[in-house]
Amino acid sequence: MAFASPHITAYAVEATEFPDLARRYMVSGVPKTVVTMVNEEVEILGALAESAFVEQAVGKFTIQNIQN
Amino acid sequence: MALISSADQQKLRESFGEMTRPVRLVFVTQTLGCETCLQTRQILDELPPLSDKIAIEEVNLILDGDKAKAYGIDRAPAVAITYQDDSQWTDSRIRFLGTPAGYEFISLVQAVLLAGGRTSQLSEDSQKRLAAVDRPLTMQVFTTPT
Repeated sequence: MAFASPHITAYAVEATEFPDLARRYMVSGVPKTVVTMVNEEVEILGALAESAFVEQAVGKFTIQNIQN
Repeated sequence: MALISSADQQKLRESFGEMTRPVRLVFVTQTLGCETCLQTRQILDELPPLSDKIAIEEVNLILDGDKAKAYGIDRAPAVAITYQDDSQWTDSRIRFLGTPAGYEFISLVQAVLLAGGRTSQLSEDSQKRLAAVDRPLTMQVFTTPT
């Protein structure tokens, strides 16, 4: 997905090696994806179908662009 | 001892054979206080022998902290994937924090192939939606060893 937009950076985080990050993002099950733009966060729990994942990951952050 | 079976090595060699761009794995490591850095290095070391397009660059988190920070990395082990495009080295903006073992190794291979020029496997619709992102956005996918 990082290849689809020059603004997207993707991290795969091994939660057991970095418990501080797992705690900060309250990871209690995996996979858990945390999408952050400026101060806004979206959490996606579990593995979703691609279209649903993309919708949840960026839908909230791109509504204006699609309306324009 | 090789960590990857010879059958898997052969499969990887074939996949990597289709790469059209050189890929460099920037490996952020730490000499002390990093239990999994050595294991990560051993896993990464399996890749360059399988393709002349894959290289590893080691960056010490303490000594080259600025370089790690340029990739948004403040911990070890971590891997940032870069590729050469028109003689310019480009950041793929794909990073791995922690040991890329188990399923994460497969994700790492997929990321290397993408950086190496493979076309995206996302649908056109997904690519369009993602391309609408016009401000910095990070995705952190948390996993556990499998």
